[in-house]
Amino acid sequence: MKEKLVVIGNGMAGMRAVEELLEIAPDKYDITVFGAEPYGNYNRILLSPVLAGEKTIDEIMLNDLPWYEDNHITLHKGVTVTGIDRNACTVTADDGTQVKYDRLLMATGSEPFIIPVPGSDLPGVISFRDIHDVDLMIDAARSKKHAVVIGGGLLGLEAANGLMKQGMSVTVVHLMDWLMERQMDPISGEMLKQSLEAKGMNFMLKSSTKEIVGDGKVQGVRFEDGSELAADIVVMAVGIRPNIELAKQVGLHCERGIVVNDTLQTFDPKIYAVGECVQHRGVAYGLVAPLFEMAKVCANHLAGYGIGIYKGSVTSTKLKVTGIDLFSAGDFIGDETTEDIVVHDSHQGIYKKIVIKENKIQGAVLYGDTIDGAWYFQLMREQTNISDIREKLMFGQAHLGDSGHGGNVVAQMSDDTEICGCNGVCKGDIVKAITDKGLFTLDDVRAHTKASSSCGSCTGLVEQIMESTLGGDYATPESKPMCACTDHTHDYVRAAIRDQKLVTISDVFTTLKWKTDDGCAACRTALNYYLISSWPKEAKDDSQSRFINERAHANIQKDGTYSVIPRMWGGMTTPVELRAIADVAEKFNLDTVHVTGGQRIGLYGVKKHELPLVWKDLNEKGLVSGHAYGKALRTVKTCVGREWCRFGTQDSTGIGIKLEKLSWGSWMPHKFKMAASGCPRNCAEATIKDFGVVCVDSGYELHIGGNGGVKVRATDLLTRVDTEDEVLEYAAAFCQLYREEARYLERTAPWIERVGFTYVKENVVDDDAKRKQLADRFEYSQKVTGSQDDPWEQRATGGIDSHEFVPLKVIG
Amino acid sequence: MSNWIEVGKIEDIPALGARVVKNGNVDIAVFRNNKDEVFAVNDECPHRKGQLSQGIVHDKSVTCPLHNWKIDLTTGEAMGPDEGCTGHYAVKVENGNIFLELK
Ligand code: SRM
Ligand SMILES: Cc1cc2nc3c(=O)[nH]c(=O)nc-3n(C[C@H](O)[C@H](O)[C@H](O)COP(=O)(O)OP(=O)(O)OC[C@H]3O[C@@H](n4cnc5c(N)ncnc54)[C@H](O)[C@@H]3O)c2cc1C
Ligand code: SF4
Ligand code: FES
Repeated sequence: MKEKLVVIGNGMAGMRAVEELLEIAPDKYDITVFGAEPYGNYNRILLSPVLAGEKTIDEIMLNDLPWYEDNHITLHKGVTVTGIDRNACTVTADDGTQVKYDRLLMATGSEPFIIPVPGSDLPGVISFRDIHDVDLMIDAARSKKHAVVIGGGLLGLEAANGLMKQGMSVTVVHLMDWLMERQMDPISGEMLKQSLEAKGMNFMLKSSTKEIVGDGKVQGVRFEDGSELAADIVVMAVGIRPNIELAKQVGLHCERGIVVNDTLQTFDPKIYAVGECVQHRGVAYGLVAPLFEMAKVCANHLAGYGIGIYKGSVTSTKLKVTGIDLFSAGDFIGDETTEDIVVHDSHQGIYKKIVIKENKIQGAVLYGDTIDGAWYFQLMREQTNISDIREKLMFGQAHLGDSGHGGNVVAQMSDDTEICGCNGVCKGDIVKAITDKGLFTLDDVRAHTKASSSCGSCTGLVEQIMESTLGGDYATPESKPMCACTDHTHDYVRAAIRDQKLVTISDVFTTLKWKTDDGCAACRTALNYYLISSWPKEAKDDSQSRFINERAHANIQKDGTYSVIPRMWGGMTTPVELRAIADVAEKFNLDTVHVTGGQRIGLYGVKKHELPLVWKDLNEKGLVSGHAYGKALRTVKTCVGREWCRFGTQDSTGIGIKLEKLSWGSWMPHKFKMAASGCPRNCAEATIKDFGVVCVDSGYELHIGGNGGVKVRATDLLTRVDTEDEVLEYAAAFCQLYREEARYLERTAPWIERVGFTYVKENVVDDDAKRKQLADRFEYSQKVTGSQDDPWEQRATGGIDSHEFVPLKVIG
Repeated sequence: MSNWIEVGKIEDIPALGARVVKNGNVDIAVFRNNKDEVFAVNDECPHRKGQLSQGIVHDKSVTCPLHNWKIDLTTGEAMGPDEGCTGHYAVKVENGNIFLELK
């Protein structure tokens, strides 16, 4: 019969221990888990990005309920263990459940410390520890304005940042002279404060809270010096205390935490403990990396192998506030026996301090440029003698040896450099997983190695490793098959479609011997595009091979509603259009009306069955589809140009509108954006667009291949022309070359980098005949595909695809 | 006790497409593939509740529109490296009419 393992605490340490145990001894125990919180196991670290609105609760779940079922673990969620009978070996919970154990694992974590000042029990005083707290804060931010965060440490600053992102005005109150005094020295602490102030955060340092004032709910905070600060909520983030009540109550030896030996065993040999509730060799930890190390050792002993030993951990810290880079580890203050190396560039906002004793690194603080944090941390933990590299130490690992080429820092890292601090994953582990298991995506690497799956701050490094390990394959899969359904590449398939005049997806499947009956979501969407762009007249658009956005002509949102963004030609609108948009927003209760990044207005939250009604109302006032959902022409941004602007040289608005009228409705390999600016001041940002026009006194500069987005690329100057007609002809020709030759889902920027700017220029500029033919083919395609018959109108009143917008049947 | 309910005709659903049947508060996605087989699963992806009825259908599976998980339409189970399951329903087609078994 299996032995019984009971785990108290469904948090990060407890469940990691269970995962490790399942890995090495899956059949040894019947496992029962008690968790006071009513969820599966989630990544507590990422509550900060959840509060900041950068992640959702769903995204931070580590093990959801089916995981427990699949692994035959009995989970009592929302249930607190209240007693342990160490003689009978049973635990009792607040719902009356009683379970027998052979081994017990305590992983009760810690509790936020609430300063016991008068008023600390008022509604509106919130801690920052679990999902419930985050819900309270997000909820408060909806209706309330002022938040005070007590505590200027890691947790307090992440809370403050999140509340600010939620729209509150936030003041951080801190007892000490500078922020994060346990991770920062005064200089970096001050730099951090200034960056956060620039983001809008307020600070009161050296302030001691005396009382939280309020009548029935929080209204303010009073300080020792008598001053007061108004507040609608107060977040206490002053520290945590190991949660040892239960352990103490049943007589387990505790000091600050539950005392354990190097095998994570408590003074009762049947009871183990891991996580923040533990005190090991006098230390209680509050970061996951050591807890995960404990979990590993503990699992080894629970499995009965008895070989792991936990010797304590050295930790390093990062702050998870987007846009702020800081790193600290070890003793970074130093004393008489140590030396410092310091680099301080206040102009660039960079500060680095390394504390050295007898040629070994004792600690480091990095602010503004943390790329070498992992390296210093490794030198520190291994107590490497740095006398040989001392002069170059501050310039970072990339400057070691004769390489000098900064770029990819990880290429020079040794295999045992730790990349993911949370999960203790080294470079070598990642490289091995990539090569042995044939991994291609970040998600794969996360799934197989756990690297970058906890706090996420090493994501950049992991990506660099992928890049250096996979080489070109990671950046641009050169000769990779389209997908698992075929061995042919995009280029091969497209050439076959053109040369053999294939006009349906099933033609392609038969001719090219597809390996699956119906293809998949990746190849069908690409094939549909290749067919209609190669044979605009002959091929029939297959709506079932289009992504939902293009099939329904609106963007699906995460809650299943849709967004509607009508075209505003060249960014121009009229009172009539604005009124129509306002009316629609009111009539259909669309709460979010957003001015988009593309100079038009987006309506959010439209229910699918109401889309045709919304479109009908918009159509009646002349508004048509903006194709914000499509791999198609999106927007043409313009500035007011010569009409109004004192610097304008040409009618940039007019040419923008003409460009949009020319090309709207045209399907492309990826989205396609244009802009026209009235002078080189370039207010319409034409030089980061797929096709940009910059007006100059003597005519028009035409720019191509710009990209905002993930990787910014400024355009290449294609040529300069004299007349509006030429602008339109070049634009059409360029669009067509891109449509005919780029791979599906390849934007103009990577396409041009792949085929070379000269190639494009030869076709569109140098060869007049070619340009004309391209422009003619563009015009032909626009005409025969009827792409400028408004797809919204076709669905609102033209009876097309009506099945798409109504349920098949409504029961009950 | 089984309870077969007629929900529509097979040609009401495009081949390699889907339609929704609203059963009280529950949306059921009903799929038709290229071989005129019909499947029904809850219209809720086990990942983050994406509406599977809006996905791309191939063979006996659908790709969720939100993050591309693939769901086996015969079982409602996520395929490949992903894990999770959404409920599925028994379906029969008689004379072109689709029936779902609802409990
Ligand atoms: C609505 C809008 C945000 C807004 O409210 O302002 C927006 C919303 C989305 N963008 Fe965008 N982008 C919007 C302007 C931009 C801009 C600014 C611009 O166009 O000047 C950029 C950078 C410029 C550029 O594209 O070069 C931009 C770069 C991206 C990218 C990165 C593309 C790249 O090549 O790196 C993506 C991801 C993608 O396409 O794969 C993206 C994807 C998306 C998607 C489609 C994400 C998705 O798949 O759901 C969002 C659709 C939301 C929706 O349902 O409507 N969006 N997006 C903007 C629509 C403008 C419009 O009127 O149509
Ligand atoms: C907002 C925030 C940000 C953080 N950021 C970072 C970071 O960037 N990097 C980092 O390394 N660490 C970070 N941490 C710390 C990290 O989350 C913790 O160190 C880690 O979660 C502790 O794991 P644990 O299992 O010991 O405790 P927990 O994860 O707290 O788990 C303990 C669980 O046990 C339950 N429990 C307690 N008593 C009982 C009982 N009697 N019966 C049943 N259940 C019980 C509790 O409800 C809780 O769910 C952060 C923490 C927070 C709150
Ligand atoms: S780009 Fe030139 S014309 Fe347009 S607004 Fe700016 S300054 Fe004026
Ligand atoms: S919701 Fe279906 S894949 Fe994310």
